[in-house]
Amino acid sequence: MPVILATDALIFLVVAVALGYGAYAAQHEHLRAPWRRVARSPVAVATLVVIAFYVVIGLLDSMHFHPRIEPMATAEAPPEPPVLPIDADDQTGTASTRAKYSTQVLSLLDVILSDLRERQEKTFSAPFATHLFVKEPMEQPDGSILRGYPPLEHGGTHLADPSRRGFDIAVRTLLGVIKGLLLWMALTAALVWLVAHARGQHYDAAARTMWRGRTDVPWRVALITLAVMLCTSFAAAELAAGYHILGTDKVGEDVFYQSLKSIRTGLVIGTLTTLVMLPAAVILGIMAGYFRGLTDDMIQYLYTTLNSIPGVLLIAAAILMLQVYMTNNAEAFASLVERADLRLLFLCIILGVTSWTGLCRLLRGESLKLREQDYVQAALSLGVGHGTIIARHILPNVLHIVMITVVLDFSGLVLAEAVLSYVNIGVDPTMNSWGNMINGARLELAREPIVWWSLAAAFLFMFTLVLAANLLADVVRDAFDPRLARVG
Amino acid sequence: MSGYIIRRLLYALPILIGVNLITFVLFFVVNSPDDMARMQLGDKRITEEAVSAWKADHGYDRPLLYNAEAEGTAKLTDTIFFQKSVKLFAFDFGSSDSGRDIGYDISQRMWPSLAIALPVLLVGLAINISYALMIVFFRATYIDVGSVVLLVAMMSISGLFYIIGGQFLVGKLLHLVPISGYDTGLDAAKFLVLPVIVGVVGGIGTGTRLYRTFFLEEANRDYVRTARAKGLRERTVLSRHVLRNALIPILTGVVAVLPLLFMGALITESFFGVPGLGSYTIDAINRQDFAIVRAMVFLGSVLYILGLILTDISYTMVDPRVRLS
Repeated sequence: MPVILATDALIFLVVAVALGYGAYAAQHEHLRAPWRRVARSPVAVATLVVIAFYVVIGLLDSMHFHPRIEPMATAEAPPEPPVLPIDADDQTGTASTRAKYSTQVLSLLDVILSDLRERQEKTFSAPFATHLFVKEPMEQPDGSILRGYPPLEHGGTHLADPSRRGFDIAVRTLLGVIKGLLLWMALTAALVWLVAHARGQHYDAAARTMWRGRTDVPWRVALITLAVMLCTSFAAAELAAGYHILGTDKVGEDVFYQSLKSIRTGLVIGTLTTLVMLPAAVILGIMAGYFRGLTDDMIQYLYTTLNSIPGVLLIAAAILMLQVYMTNNAEAFASLVERADLRLLFLCIILGVTSWTGLCRLLRGESLKLREQDYVQAALSLGVGHGTIIARHILPNVLHIVMITVVLDFSGLVLAEAVLSYVNIGVDPTMNSWGNMINGARLELAREPIVWWSLAAAFLFMFTLVLAANLLADVVRDAFDPRLARVG
Repeated sequence: MSGYIIRRLLYALPILIGVNLITFVLFFVVNSPDDMARMQLGDKRITEEAVSAWKADHGYDRPLLYNAEAEGTAKLTDTIFFQKSVKLFAFDFGSSDSGRDIGYDISQRMWPSLAIALPVLLVGLAINISYALMIVFFRATYIDVGSVVLLVAMMSISGLFYIIGGQFLVGKLLHLVPISGYDTGLDAAKFLVLPVIVGVVGGIGTGTRLYRTFFLEEANRDYVRTARAKGLRERTVLSRHVLRNALIPILTGVVAVLPLLFMGALITESFFGVPGLGSYTIDAINRQDFAIVRAMVFLGSVLYILGLILTDISYTMVDPRVRLS
């Protein structure tokens, strides 16, 4: 039974808006030209491939549902023991057999990664480890108690001889790489066929031009990036089937799984925040610049006031408020997941409130300039209404500013989430996010030897996304900035 | 000039009132004075009398915004909002909900904050400007491309990583300086080294990249071409012409944040255990001490507006073409 959380609905809205914009832009040359410039930049193409991987994982993680509970009527097959993972996402109602559907909320990603999710260890274990990281009393076969590192319940248990772990890892990596390359070759063949079809070339000729990098869109770079990403993903999947490739955390949860689950949180913060702030910023900014006078004064007052409150304090006050509200109205939320989701949405809104002022000011300045343009004055004297002028003349001419701001803000917001979670005013502590991972791992650095993998995993995943977003943002800004506009 | 400043200061008044109103409303929408009293008294089972006594002690026994029972102007003045917020305009912060004098605390905690923020600003400025100038000197070479990639990578690393990495590398592995803590007087220096290094390194990515664009913008101007045409060496062109003109946006940017240095760096201070205003604020947030949060929000807004005014003034000082109106 599908469940649509509030952020899910908005994510689908973002996707719909993006698709709609794409369809609209494809028909308008002035909007298509900058994107064509973006598509011709090797850096942009490479980062787009990386971001696409993140987006696919994020989208898979946004399709939630209540899993169906199989009726236990079949007599001969003994019922599966209900799995009760300590996963923060889960509800205690998992084992309930009254309803046909469990109260647990899972996403498609959870189903794909169900192996990872359910293979809990007791506590910390290092990446690729076969034994726990901490010593525990173990009962020996002869009945005596010895303190030692107990073997993991899931990591590396397929190994008959632990000393052949290195060999096994190498074999699995190789297998993953080969699988990745096979899929890559299939995709490449399909792409070459498409390009050949579009250019009216022979298949071999198209393949040769692409390989020599003579196509407008740098397909070679895209394909190399794709190959790297596919090989890494498949190797990781292959290894993750036998090991905890990034170790496990304090409660024994797989860190790799956590990192993957955190992708959605990061993407939601980065995109929904801008989506939430866009309408207010665009409407108010254009109104202030276009109507001037009292409207301008009021809007300027509004954003100067909001801007002069230190952002962290505003966020802190709002989140505190929400927490109090949620404790007082605990019964209003059907599940912990819904509660965490609402908090995430609220965080996006409040981050939007603190960050819309910059865009609003930019748009106001641009509209001030635009309203003095001859074509706007001509439209005014012809008796065209204000609404039409704004929609037809002002809005299309400020869209590039909106576009640049949206892309530039994304990476900053992803980074902000980590910092806010550290001060406990970020996303819900039960939600998977890089900030929560860092926050949880911070204290473990004091251990000897240190537990570094949670921290490293969170930073690695965050760094990849933010770096890709930053590089893409640069290209997009250059492509859309009319001051840098070139012919072609 | 002075007329302009006075007018700007008067404009600031409605903004500050707005700021106060927003913080007030945000805090009291769900968090009633009763909740605050229970929170501060710290007990689940407390009598109504204790709550009332606490509210009377701390001045929370009035209506929030409008007192219908009072006479005349007291309808507006005899309220929590008026009593608690208006005094802020005279920089009388009152006492915190736990009974400490906020004004005194702020004046004490301001200095550690400043001791970190000022060196970070100055050292960071020096490093960023010289690095950006070097990139521009070697523009369109591999040094340029490599540096830009490095800067973008540095920008993409979370600030938390710099702090945790710095603490781990310098404090724990090399044992050069203490990981966190603070001391009075000159002894504080050894506690300050690490936060300052972390602050500077964390800011290189964004800062240098911004300054590089400033420099490049200037380097494409006509007067620079003239200077080159005169036969000046590239070094002279950069230091005598490009640097001086690009300093205008850099300096005005710095002036804008100058007053905010007092506020301290929230995350850095709480990580390094520095008793500055940043950690003060975070502690207050965690303890839900509204008096402190309100005081800090007010102070932050005042300093922000001050920064805006200073920016405008500094524009006229460095660029004679700009006139204040």
